[in-house]
Amino acid sequence: MNIVVCVKYVPDAQAERTFNASDNTTDRENVDGLLSELDEYAVEEALKIVEAGEGEVTVLTVGPDAAADAVKKALQMGAHKGVHVGDDAIHGSDAIATSLVLAEAIKKIGADSAVDLVVTGMASTDGTMGVVPAMVAERLGLPAVTFASELAVDGSTGGSVTIRRDGDASTQTITATLPALVSVTDQINEPRYPSFKGIMAAKKKPVERWTLADLGIDAAQVGLDAAWTKVDSFTARPPRAQGEIVADEGDGGRRLAAFLTERKFV
Amino acid sequence: MAEVLVLVDHVEGKVRKTTSELLTIARRLGEPSAVFVGTGFDAAKETLARFGAEKVYRVESPEVLGHLVVPQAELLAQLVSSTSPAAVLVPSSPEGKEIGARLAVKTESGLITDAVDVQAAGDGSGVTTTQSVFAGSYTVSATVTKGTPIVAVKPNSATPEESAGAAADEVVDFTPSDAAKGARITESKPKQATGRPELTEAAIVVSGGRGTGGDFSKVEDFADSLGAAVGASRAAVDAGWYPHTSQVGQTGKQVSPQLYVACGISGAIQHRAGMQTSKTIVAVNKDNEAPIFELVDFGVVGDLFTVLPQATEAITAAKD
Ligand SMILES: Cc1cc2nc3c(=O)[nH]c(=O)nc-3n(C[C@H](O)[C@H](O)[C@H](O)COP(=O)(O)OP(=O)(O)OC[C@H]3O[C@@H](n4cnc5c(N)ncnc54)[C@H](O)[C@@H]3O)c2cc1C
Ligand SMILES: Nc1ncnc2c1ncn2[C@@H]1O[C@H](COP(=O)(O)O)[C@@H](O)[C@H]1O
Repeated sequence: MNIVVCVKYVPDAQAERTFNASDNTTDRENVDGLLSELDEYAVEEALKIVEAGEGEVTVLTVGPDAAADAVKKALQMGAHKGVHVGDDAIHGSDAIATSLVLAEAIKKIGADSAVDLVVTGMASTDGTMGVVPAMVAERLGLPAVTFASELAVDGSTGGSVTIRRDGDASTQTITATLPALVSVTDQINEPRYPSFKGIMAAKKKPVERWTLADLGIDAAQVGLDAAWTKVDSFTARPPRAQGEIVADEGDGGRRLAAFLTERKFV
Repeated sequence: MAEVLVLVDHVEGKVRKTTSELLTIARRLGEPSAVFVGTGFDAAKETLARFGAEKVYRVESPEVLGHLVVPQAELLAQLVSSTSPAAVLVPSSPEGKEIGARLAVKTESGLITDAVDVQAAGDGSGVTTTQSVFAGSYTVSATVTKGTPIVAVKPNSATPEESAGAAADEVVDFTPSDAAKGARITESKPKQATGRPELTEAAIVVSGGRGTGGDFSKVEDFADSLGAAVGASRAAVDAGWYPHTSQVGQTGKQVSPQLYVACGISGAIQHRAGMQTSKTIVAVNKDNEAPIFELVDFGVVGDLFTVLPQATEAITAAKD
């Protein structure tokens, strides 16, 4: 089983996130970043698959220099090798361009030994579009099964991946033939913490550093100028003014009801 | 006037409210054409006409239904090339976004997700969208600069307005490619109906967290007195007290109701990400330092097991 996990380096959600005023892109320089928490579930699931059978997990990230941290964390968790695509021209790329870079990198990873499964998180914690996985699948001509809350693989030739997805109207079982792409939710597992041994071992694991040229991508196809959507303006939402807070002295429920009645919710 | 394609969200012809919202938005941009995939068209037709669909492109093939989203993306790509629409509107649900993502790559078009408003651009070409980002802390205005604007629109982004359309029915000649059949739904277990409104569509949402200790009955009774949907924090979902489909937050549903009531929920950033844009926010929490109180219009520091039943009783009495 040859698995590629796509992981994103994101600004910490606990920090003040903002935009670069010069070009309306997400500020990734002045905010501490980390491996997107939701991608830890993808790494964990890939590790579980190879631990239950055999194979190799390659983590792939597209991002600035600091994104090497995201690769490192995944290697510490147990992934076998890393690929970091970085290029100044990538700054400001939208989901479409990011998916192009990821797809070309996955092709290059698969040139040596074919990739059976691509695993991604359900959404990045910064952009939260949740569309990159479907775009990568579309570009690679792969079936995608998204938002897996449970996953099983049959790794034999002509194998398949089967997932459970909890939807609003129904719970579905979905099967796709391999090679395929799967995105996983935070319901699927409990990501491990890197062990001391894992942290030491990670130092010796190979990390490839690729540029656009290595992937044969023309710089004009990515970055802010190539984006197919444009942020025209951003405005900070005014902080919510704190309203009335009352301590329950035996009449808290009635006061709540009175507030709701006054605001015409009753 | 150019057509605007609206992908219909329905269950066996029962059209969801989000579709009437999308049709209402579509009328600002051009002439709405509904795209209806699946069975139950006869039941759906009246609603589509009432909210202004001039045409309905229709595909019934079981092959499209059993194979997730790729055939729908192919169908829309075919319609984009045959109708050159002003925009394509899809629901901002997991399926809708996935269809939009594939359609964007296929048609080399820009995609905007999670839009809370869509208007015709000032210069008469294209659309301008509004999105709420970084857990609701910023509002972003964006435009599509390439191809056909594809916009995934969140529920409650417009008030559905009636305006009769012809809903002229056109069966589309469409065959999904073999590549579209790589994934298939092998089993589908319908959810049991709760009789409560759908979380993302509800005008009022009442949520319970770890503070319920697993007993959601007081939360549910209070929700029912207001005709509200019931939501839950991840702590309550992880404990197995409430289904994941009811989770509000970053990895659950993002809701934006008129009123949100958080009961026994501390207000972690990931929870806020799913409810921060609610119009009015109310919390009941024992801890007067719970971060949720920073957001509220009204808060009660108290035990939800005494506060909620008293409020339920007062509301029920007021209604009689
Ligand atoms: C990657 C990631 C994604 C996440 N996604 C989500 C998400 O989508 N949604 C989400 O909700 N969380 C999410 N979380 C979890 C989030 O960080 C919090 O852990 C969670 O929201 C806490 O839930 P809670 O408020 O119910 O529990 P707690 O934080 O334990 O708060 C319980 C509150 O109940 C109060 N309380 C206790 N008893 C009573 C009583 N009798 N009456 C009144 N009040 C009482 C307490 O004072 C306390 O404030 C995510 C976390 C991560 C890492
Ligand atoms: N720059 C990136 N590098 C690697 N993986 C990414 C990148 N952007 C998105 N992904 C993957 O796509 C998923 C969804 O991202 P998004 O569509 O941005 O919400 C993430 O959980 C990652 O697995």
